[in-house]
Amino acid sequence: MKIDNLAVQVVGDPTGRQVLENISFEISSGETLCVVGESGSGKSVTSLAIMGLLPAGSLKPSRGRILVDGEDILAASPARLRELRATRMAMIFQEPMTALNPVETVGEQIDEVLRIHSKLSKTARRQKVLAMLESVHMPDVERIYNSYPHQLSGGQRQRVVISIALILEPRILIADEPTTALDVTTQKQILLLIRELQKKHNTAVLFITHDFGVVAEIADRIVVMNRGHLVEVGTREDILARPREAYTRMLVSSVPSLIPQKREAPVTDIVLEVQSLSKNYSRKRLFGSGGSVAAAQNVNLTLRKGEIVGIVGESGSGKSTVARCIVRLQDPTSGAVLVKGEDIARVSGPQLRPKRQRVQIVFQDPYRSLNPRMRVGDSIIEGLVNFGTKREAALKKARELLGLVGLSDDSMQRYPHQFSGGQRQRICIARALALDPDILVADEAVSALDVSVQAQVLKLLGEIRDRTGIAVLFITHDLRVAAQICDTILVMQHGSIVEAGPAAEVLTSPRREYTRTLIDAAPGRGWDFQNFGPLISGAA
Amino acid sequence: MLAYITRRLLATIPVMAMVAVVVFAILRLTPGDPAAIIAGDDATTEQLEKIRQTMGLDKPIPLQLVQWVYQLLQGDLGVSLLSGAPVLGMIADRMGPSLALAFGTIVVTVSVAIPLGIVAAWKQGRMLDRAVMTFSVLGFSVPTFVVAYLLIYYLSIKMGWFPVQGYKPLSDGFWPFAQRLVLPVLALSGVYVALIARITRSSIIEVMGEDFIRTARAKGATERVVLMRHALRNAAVPILTIIGIGIASLISGVVVTESVFNLPGLGRLVVEAVLARDYPVIQGLILLFSFFYIFINLVVDVLYPIFDPRIRY
Repeated sequence: MKIDNLAVQVVGDPTGRQVLENISFEISSGETLCVVGESGSGKSVTSLAIMGLLPAGSLKPSRGRILVDGEDILAASPARLRELRATRMAMIFQEPMTALNPVETVGEQIDEVLRIHSKLSKTARRQKVLAMLESVHMPDVERIYNSYPHQLSGGQRQRVVISIALILEPRILIADEPTTALDVTTQKQILLLIRELQKKHNTAVLFITHDFGVVAEIADRIVVMNRGHLVEVGTREDILARPREAYTRMLVSSVPSLIPQKREAPVTDIVLEVQSLSKNYSRKRLFGSGGSVAAAQNVNLTLRKGEIVGIVGESGSGKSTVARCIVRLQDPTSGAVLVKGEDIARVSGPQLRPKRQRVQIVFQDPYRSLNPRMRVGDSIIEGLVNFGTKREAALKKARELLGLVGLSDDSMQRYPHQFSGGQRQRICIARALALDPDILVADEAVSALDVSVQAQVLKLLGEIRDRTGIAVLFITHDLRVAAQICDTILVMQHGSIVEAGPAAEVLTSPRREYTRTLIDAAPGRGWDFQNFGPLISGAA
Repeated sequence: MLAYITRRLLATIPVMAMVAVVVFAILRLTPGDPAAIIAGDDATTEQLEKIRQTMGLDKPIPLQLVQWVYQLLQGDLGVSLLSGAPVLGMIADRMGPSLALAFGTIVVTVSVAIPLGIVAAWKQGRMLDRAVMTFSVLGFSVPTFVVAYLLIYYLSIKMGWFPVQGYKPLSDGFWPFAQRLVLPVLALSGVYVALIARITRSSIIEVMGEDFIRTARAKGATERVVLMRHALRNAAVPILTIIGIGIASLISGVVVTESVFNLPGLGRLVVEAVLARDYPVIQGLILLFSFFYIFINLVVDVLYPIFDPRIRY
């Protein structure tokens, strides 16, 4: 496939604003080409253009050609395009949770591809679908065939999406962030699966991602994009080790390293002590109870002044439950949460309110955690005013805090939608700091951010810790991020802590099998991004 | 599935019991002596006493309730104060026209509104969509009786296609029966067609923005398949909810429509009973309508999982 000077513009925009400009690259059979770039770089628009799936009425290609086996996609009729989809080029999407029709069985959904593009009989189609499900290593394919998407795990759904894409052995597979929503261990399996099927059918894979770990793992060649422009194309070694452009260099060096920095363990006062915390969710039914699920079991941890403790684990490991119990957004079932020696696990109502000052939280999604109808200044001072500070004094403090997180004074009067994701997360941090808490809980606080922004926010958190001596409980699924910022790391699995220790120790010489699995699954672990070279073994 | 329906049926028992108690209380809570209200202004003491005795009003209220519920469970809704006829029989006599009107309205509404909504969603923002939406605003805003009189004026009086009013039961032959129902059904359907077409359109448009629609297009599916197979079924739950609410609220529409077209149905019976303060009949009708409402809700709840497997029994 070859993309030649492609440009895409916004429909009906008199200024002729281009979303994509001068995009040209090629990809050949059996090759994996990674397209990397931050949000808004145009990588997804490129992939949709290849499928002919640009949202009609808002985006349209204005120039260039997209040649698949010599045939120009942009010149093809709608009927011809439909014929080509799934047979010549196919696509897998980012969110396996929403990419499948929730009201049809997965078997029917895979079968639909065959119904559209082939004249096979019903039984022949069924055989083919079952064979496909087997080739993506699904257990018990007969049962899976008749399952609905909500009955499958994220990894299984992504396997179904892959089955839909590959059942007709297309020449090109476009994978748009196919593993971003998955846990590392699942991600690893899916990457291996794509590679296996690619080898088998000699498919060209166009892999879109923002994750350089994945890129280092799978790419033959790399395309770097930024704001609708193509920055650089080259082999994996070219881009990762010898980037020519400053933007590429910045991007690659922003990727956090898996090797933790050696830090002195702080020997300061304990500000938070969690003792055998458990949280059970009980399933309620009309008649009788349906038993209960333990989201967190017997969790113990201590947090000292100025310390950053990371809790890492896959989805469903209970790390967010622990965070929410500590902040008392949820009520622990048993155990104690001692903040400076005072147990807040049992207090409620008016007794709890003053305690809330001591522990503040920053959430994952900065787009949804600020009230869109409140000015930023008002959002920041809300807590202060609630606890009796005069408005004037609170506003003064809010301005100082904005300075601390690197935003200007005039931000006070603006609304959240006027800020980028990274800026919003800074605002959320300022809001959390407004009450001078002893403890800041950051629940996946950088997971929704682009790498370059992520690096900035991590740096900011480190600086704030140094300046104010605040203790931070840092919840993340990303071992790189944890390695970068945490002094101590706790690894959680199935609601329990399976390993705890200084970050350097846990990440370089893990004692538990599960921790080792997690580290091994982290993509691109053999590459040292900051130093633009492969990791020297032995340093790890 | 069966367990789910049983559970749901059991859950309706307390609701029905509450309805029964409220209906019972209506007569007793009316200001003044119910017997005096029933007997009228110039009744003698003996007459009042007689009415109290026949209605059981001289006994203590809890006992009255027990007696009432006991009768109710045997299907005895009491007798009309006006005619002395059993209430149950009166309701049964009037059931035919109302059921025919309601059923016709539901069929017309669903078979017109859903295709209209689909077409509007498909041609979103174009002429056809605007036309459907304009019609929909009209359907909302023009009251049923206005539509009814307009239909009578043009289609009956001017064109002479349909009788102006009246009702013939099905036993008199299908054509006379249907001919007299066309206009009432059209008049009553207007507002529901408008409502359900709108909801269908907006639900489909919402679903069309989902990721799995993109997946379907990436498979090479035609727009027709995308719309009918993937979007419509996913949009079914909100549409079903509104149809359920619409059917339940048909009751008030039936009252107006039956009055305009002079159909001898339950709606007219309501009006007659209220004007004559025929309390046992009013009680019976309220009970009936409440049960109808609960039943529709039950049907909708049972249908949900058929359209959306994520909703569990």
